[in-house]
Parts: sequence; C-alpha cells; structure tokens
Amino acid sequence: MDVLMLSRLQFAMATMFHFIFVPLTLGLSIMVAVMETMYVRTKKDIYLRMTKFWGKLFVINFVLGIVTGITLEFQFGTNWSRYSEYVGDIFGSLLAIEATVAFFMESTFLAAWIFGWKKLSPKMHAACIWIVAIASNISAVWIILANGWMQNPVGYVIRNGRAELDNFYEVITNPFAWGQFFHNGFAAFMVASFFVMGVSAYHLLRKNEVEFFSKSFKMGLIVAFIFSILVAAQGHHHAQTVAKMQPEKLAAMEALWDDHPDGAPMYLLAMPDEKNEKNSIELFGLPGALSFLAFNDFDAPVKGLKSWPKEDRPPVTITFLAFRIMVGLGTLFPLLAVWGWMKRKELMENKLYLRIMLFSIPLPYIAIWAGWAVAEVGRQPWIVYGMMKTSDAVSPIATSQVAFSFIALTTLYTLLGACEIYLLARFARRGPEPEKA
Amino acid sequence: MLESIWFLLWGLLWAIYFMLDGYDLGLGTMMPFLAKNEKERKAIYKSIGPFWDGNEVWLITAGGVTFAAFPKAYAVMFSGLYTALMLLLIALIIRGVAFEFRGLVESEWARKLWDKAMVVGSFLPGLLLGVAFANIFMGIPIDENGVFQGNLFTLLNPYGLGGGILFVLLFAQHGCLWCAVRTDGELNERAGNLAATLWPVVAAVYIAFLALTGVYTKLLSNYLTYPALLLIVLIPVFAIVKVRTLIAARKWWKAWAASSVLIVSTTMFGVIGLFPALLPSSINPAYSITIHNAASSQLTLKIMLTVALIMVPIVIGYQFWMHKVFATKITDEDLGY
Repeated sequence: MDVLMLSRLQFAMATMFHFIFVPLTLGLSIMVAVMETMYVRTKKDIYLRMTKFWGKLFVINFVLGIVTGITLEFQFGTNWSRYSEYVGDIFGSLLAIEATVAFFMESTFLAAWIFGWKKLSPKMHAACIWIVAIASNISAVWIILANGWMQNPVGYVIRNGRAELDNFYEVITNPFAWGQFFHNGFAAFMVASFFVMGVSAYHLLRKNEVEFFSKSFKMGLIVAFIFSILVAAQGHHHAQTVAKMQPEKLAAMEALWDDHPDGAPMYLLAMPDEKNEKNSIELFGLPGALSFLAFNDFDAPVKGLKSWPKEDRPPVTITFLAFRIMVGLGTLFPLLAVWGWMKRKELMENKLYLRIMLFSIPLPYIAIWAGWAVAEVGRQPWIVYGMMKTSDAVSPIATSQVAFSFIALTTLYTLLGACEIYLLARFARRGPEPEKA
Repeated sequence: MLESIWFLLWGLLWAIYFMLDGYDLGLGTMMPFLAKNEKERKAIYKSIGPFWDGNEVWLITAGGVTFAAFPKAYAVMFSGLYTALMLLLIALIIRGVAFEFRGLVESEWARKLWDKAMVVGSFLPGLLLGVAFANIFMGIPIDENGVFQGNLFTLLNPYGLGGGILFVLLFAQHGCLWCAVRTDGELNERAGNLAATLWPVVAAVYIAFLALTGVYTKLLSNYLTYPALLLIVLIPVFAIVKVRTLIAARKWWKAWAASSVLIVSTTMFGVIGLFPALLPSSINPAYSITIHNAASSQLTLKIMLTVALIMVPIVIGYQFWMHKVFATKITDEDLGY
C-alpha cells in the first residue's frame, strides 16, 4: 500500500473512532444539563442521582473524545500537508477558531463540573455543565463549517498558488455546512437518547431502580421522538442540497448510471456493479420518484454516473450501501420512538420492546457512521469538492512512517476501545448510587 | 506587520502551552520519585486532575494557530517531524486516558499499569517537544520544495537531545513546585526538597544548552544586531535565580510563578532569535520557511487577530478563575479519606 491509501485508512479509522464519542457527548451533555437544572429547581434527590449517574457515563465517554480529537487536528499536517498548505488560509483558521472559542471552554468547565461538587454553589455547578454542553455544540459548528467548506467551497479566491479567504461571511454562512450541522446535531441526539433508553431498558428488565430508570427512559423517549422526526425531515432537505450541489454524489447514492433527462426512477432493490457500469440487480422501479425526492418534480432531469469520466466518480458501492443503511435506520428510529410513546404508560409490561431498545444502542452509531461515509466517500476523488483531489493532498513522506503510525494507532485505539466499552458497561450495569438514607 | 504580530503570538502560544502543561507533565514524570504510597499518588493525580485538560488545549490552539496563520509552516513542521509527532500523540492519548481510567479501576495491577502509562505519557511529550524545538532553533533539513530530508534519527543530534533533556528537567522542577503548592506534610516536604535538588542540575544543563546554542544555532545573530534585545535575556537569568531563592524561602506559589516565567522567557528567547524564520532550513537558508513565504492572507490574519484579541483574554480569565478556585491545598476530604 502507498502513502495515500495508508493515510486515507488511518484518517478513516481515526475519525470513525473519534466519532464513537463525539455524538454521545453532544447529545448527552444537554440531557445531563437538563437533569441537573431540574435538580436545582425542584431539589428532588432523584434528579441529583440521575445527574450523577448519567454524568459519570458522560465523563467516561468524553475523555476519549478529547484525546482522539487531538489526533485528527494533527493529522491534517502530518498526513495531508499539501492540503494544509493549499487551503490552510481558510480551513486552518476555522480549526483555530474552534479551539479558541469552544474547546477551551469545554475542557475547562467540564473539569470544574467534575471537581466542583463541593466547591461551587449548586447553581454555578449546573451552569458549568450547560457551558460544557453549549461549547461542545459550538465546537461542532466550527468543525462542520470546516468540513462543509470541503464539500462546498465558498468565499475564496485562488491566489499565490493557493486558496485564499475572500469572504469570511460566505464561509460561515455556507448553506451546505449548516445543513450538515443540523443533520449531524439531530443525529447526535438520537445517539444519546438511544443510549439512555438502552441502558435504562437493561435495568427495567431486571426491575432495578424502577422509578429512576422509568424517568430516565421517558426523558430519552421524548428526545428520540422529537429528534427522530427532525433528523429525517432535515435529512431529506439536506439530500436535496446535495442533489443540487454535488450531482455525482447523488448519482452514486442512488447507483444511477445513465442520464435521465425526463425524470429518474428510484429502485426499491438494486445492487451496483461498478466494473460493468450498471446495476446487477434493479427491481421495483418507481418512475420519476428520484427526480421528485431530489427536486420536488417528477420530470426533473437527473445526471447519471456515466456523465463523468471514470476517474472523477466516487466509489459507487460504498456510497450506495452507506446511504441505504442510513436511510433504513433513519426510517426505523421514528417507528421505535412512536411505539415506545404509545406504550409509555406500561413500559414495564413490555419486555419485548425493552429488549429491542437494549439491543438498539448501537444502531444510531451505525447510522451516523454510514451518514459520514456518504458525505466523505461520496465526495471522492475530491478532498475539496471540485478544487483539489485527495491524491494531490497527501504528504510527501515515507510509506514506512505512515505504516508505523497506522499500526500503532490502530492497536492503541483497539485497546482503548475495549477498555472504554468494559468501563461503560460496568458503570452502566452497576446503576446509580443508592439513595441517601 | 500582521505577520510579525502573528509570529510573536505563535511563539507566545507555544510558550504558554509549555508553561501550563509543563507543570502537569513534569509532575506526572516525577510521580514515582514523589509518591511513596497510594494516598500520595492519589494526591498527585488530584493536584493536576482539574487542570491538565484545559492546559492541553493550549497545544491544540498552538497547533491550530500554526495552521491558520502559517499554513506552510504547519504543513512542513507536522509532516517533517511525522514520527516524533505521532509518538507525542500516542503519549498524550495514553496519558489522558490514564487520568480517567485510573480512578475507575479497582484492581491493584490495573492501577499500576495506568500509573506507568501516566509516567511514560508525561515524560515523552517534554522530551519530544524539547527535541523538536531545539532542532527548529538549529534548522532542519528542508529542501527547496519544503520537503523534510531526514528521519527521526536526524533529530536525535546532540543539540536536539540537549533541548529534550532541558525541557524534561524544566518541566520536572516546575511539576515539583506545583506539587509543593498543592500539598501539605510529607509530600510537600519531599516535593520541595526534590525541586531544590533539581535546581543545580537544571541550572547546569541550562548553561550548557545556552553555550551549545551559540555553537549550533544562529539564534544569537538577532540579538547581536539589536543589542537592546539582550535585555530580554536577563529575564530567564533573573527567573532562574529567583526560583532558587524562593525554594529556599519555601514560598511555593512564588517559586512556581518564577519557574513559569523561566519557561516562557526561555521559549521566547528562542522564538525571537528565530525571527523571521519559523523553520530555518539547514540545507540552504534560502529554503527556510519564514513569515514571508508561509503567512496566510492579510484578511485571514486580520480575522484571526480579532478572534484572538477577544477570546484569549476571556480564556485566560476563566482559566485563572479555575486555578483560583481549585488550586487549593488538597485535604484528606478531597481524597475521600
């Protein structure tokens, strides 16, 4: 394998690992903040216990998010130095702003929250977790503005042999990026709500701390109910933006090979065959459906993959399958949420539902990974859409160096992932601290 | 003009990072020499627990600012020093995780394992950053295309290693002083004594390193061109003497502050000597990465400066508050006894 392939694998591995921790942080921080606020307002012990129990799981999760995030920032320089040099004027400043406006706040106030139970007043203590929650989400804004710029570069001119900032306002109001931000943010709430419901289901199945976990489950359920609908609706909207701005990604998402000037169908069952530039299976086509979904018009023309030279097409199979996994799960989530909502009064009798929810913890993670695979793999071969190819972005360094770091990081991440799952599972199973006598 | 301001800010951000993470890295490194039992180990973790993460963000910011203000320097530095940086990352990862996981595991062997991770993960960053910065001061082999023509072993030359040892020692002393600030009784005594023992070693290595700087680097030429700058050199000299007298007087906060000044002014001494280069080339000075060929556009520098002028004072404000509220003497109650 060459430097390019190894660097791509390393980046994919590092981002995916980082992205186990980030969405839970984004969603759970706000849920814990709400719990603590309820405690400050009502002074009921159960909310304090909820804050501490879910807060502990939040903290275990947070640390790995931080340390794996540092790896990502460094990797642009280590592995993608030509990219960094070419677009640093814009991309680098977004990352730097993220660190100064958000990352500092997150880290400092989380420490204040962890260590401040006795040193800070209850109100100040609750304020700390709110600051952490808000800062985490602000952090996501800047990171996604950076990624959104790679998807839809705006506000720049090519000057002095690189992309230079021309209009900062355009960069921070990039509609593609904001579409991504909301889609990703809503999805993060799905991850957090399913996590809370899954862990609660485990205890409810064992009739352990029923009041505590019923309350937690219901809170998760409300969040899931709202956000499963939002994420789907907003996802549809974002897909329309993709259709407009990245037509080859749309074609890859749907494995559409030929041009359809008078409206493109959508197949309920298809399997791409990249080598022969066709689909090996193509069944149950709904005429005009793709045109309608993408452009609100059954007759809108849609370009097929063959309109682009082979070397400019994204990897079709991965993009196509990842999109289907994401959409499939995204359809399942509201159904599960509605089911739970209808049965919310008799949760305890509903063993089957609880068991399903327990085993559903990983599903939003899979959906969110698949979503990022669509976004990132679907953008290939471009690292910055239409501007710079990934193959031109890689550092001029020795393969052996990247091979070493790839193996080292993969080993380390595997070990840490195992520790993390072990600890999360142990503390989740142990349940909250017993009530004060 | 903007480039020069950013150059100074770039140096200052790295200096603040060394000053802040320096004490927690140093204390992590010295833990085996300081703590004799579980209670003392716990006290050491507690003494840096609330701060290490906030301190480490200065590294992210220093890296991010290098990226934003001098993209070419970021690209050359980070890809050129690839393996060293990867080792740094791995060290910081296992160390960060050790803080969290050590408190959660109950078995003796697992705790011991995380303690080892803490020591190694604290020692390596100081060493690697020292080696990296000494090499930058000296000049690294970059060719006309900004490609680094060397490997990890190129960096392990006498001057580079000298820089590594100096950083580790400066951090170690800084960490012992922090430990003295935050603890009482035997641990405080031991930390103070260790800082006192380290002082002559730090001073000797410091002088040797300065002498080597004259031999290996061109840092002094800026100072010789503008002799007024030599006044700046008096700051670390004054600080290092102050550290000694304040240790003798058992004034821990002030000794720690003097040690902070020492670290910042030492870094700035190097940075000012580098100007206007960010990464001098040892192959040909014409290949050097300087503020002129590496800076971002004026617009980016302006926007970044605005953000920095607003945000950095705020960050310093709440981090200062954090130190004020949480950097008190650790009590038995804090440790759960």
